[in-house]
Amino acid sequence: MTILIFTILVCLGSLLAGLLGALTGLGGGVVLVPLLTLFFHVDIRYAIGASLVSVIATSSGAAAAYVKEGFSNIRIGMFLEIATTVGALVGAFIATRVPTRAIAIIFGVVLIYSAYLSRRPRPKSEWHNPPDPLATRLRLNGSFPTPEGLRYYNPVRVPAGFSLMFGAGTLSGLLGIGSGAVKVLAMDQAMKIPFKVSTTTSNFMIGVTAAASAGVYLNRGYIDPGLSMPVMLGVLAGSLIGTRILVRAETKWLRIIFSLVIAVLGVQMLYQGIVGRI
Amino acid sequence: MLEKWTDQKVEGVIGNLLRTGVILSATVVLIGAAIYLVRHGGSPADYRVFQGEPNDLRSLPGIIQRSIHLSGRGIIQLGLLALIATPVARVAFAIYGFAAEGDRLYVAFSSLVLAVLLYSLIGTA
Repeated sequence: MTILIFTILVCLGSLLAGLLGALTGLGGGVVLVPLLTLFFHVDIRYAIGASLVSVIATSSGAAAAYVKEGFSNIRIGMFLEIATTVGALVGAFIATRVPTRAIAIIFGVVLIYSAYLSRRPRPKSEWHNPPDPLATRLRLNGSFPTPEGLRYYNPVRVPAGFSLMFGAGTLSGLLGIGSGAVKVLAMDQAMKIPFKVSTTTSNFMIGVTAAASAGVYLNRGYIDPGLSMPVMLGVLAGSLIGTRILVRAETKWLRIIFSLVIAVLGVQMLYQGIVGRI
Repeated sequence: MLEKWTDQKVEGVIGNLLRTGVILSATVVLIGAAIYLVRHGGSPADYRVFQGEPNDLRSLPGIIQRSIHLSGRGIIQLGLLALIATPVARVAFAIYGFAAEGDRLYVAFSSLVLAVLLYSLIGTA
């Protein structure tokens, strides 16, 4: 395959991943690495480097739109980024030391678990809590606009959320994904932050988290310009188109299909890792 | 005396900063891509075996050096570096925003995050 054909095909595949990721809210980053390794036979280290770069692009590109809505909480984001960036550094260092088949196996497990999480109905989170002393001292309490006026919320269980965020950062740095699902889980389920605030704040955090491991990947020579270029441009275009048509699209069936694709890719990654072909 | 900033104002500036960073880096990557594909589009693509990037595509001075010589791969890498720098700039600006709001605790938190990011970019070479 020539570089031109390869570039066009990778760009189209990444565009589709970005589009489906934005339409379903599951994120496109998680299918990029399996797409590149299983279908384009790219070494998983190059694939993770390219994926990481595209994660920064989509997170930053979408953030501008979210800011206007007024849901994201800049203090919660910054405080938890201490945990995600340190985790991302740890993850990136682990990635440079463990064999690639171990990364493939972990990737497979994460994919299968993501597919499971996306099918499970989200437990209703009760966020009308009295102020938590630690969260209050850290100034994490916030509000967001509703048609009936401002609604106030008080995050709880800060240490649990902080620890989960460290884990989310480690996964992000190890696998080159945004790990938005874990971030939302930490905020929505553990800290009882309203769902809409959790998702928009998570999107803000993804870019900073990915930048923390991208430095390590760049310095170790994992970020290849020829591969990262079509991946980044494709995912960015796909996610921008996805957020534009999101309002009109019926996403229920798309979510089911996409989570099945994620599960199948997960099984493939797991298998290829176990037999040592990655 | 600094003008009093609000969270909304800080977030607004950060949103614009991020959008500008993405547009700028995507433009640079596109320019590099054009040069790269015109020159090397016909060569075989092979990413099966990991070799690691050459040293001058791993560091800022090397990337700038290559970009000056209009190397397609160098210019793409410059765009990717600008993209990685975008969230770093957002954290740096947040330090300023929190300082303008008079929030010392969050000036400290943002500085800590910035230190981790800078360590990753510069300290791990």
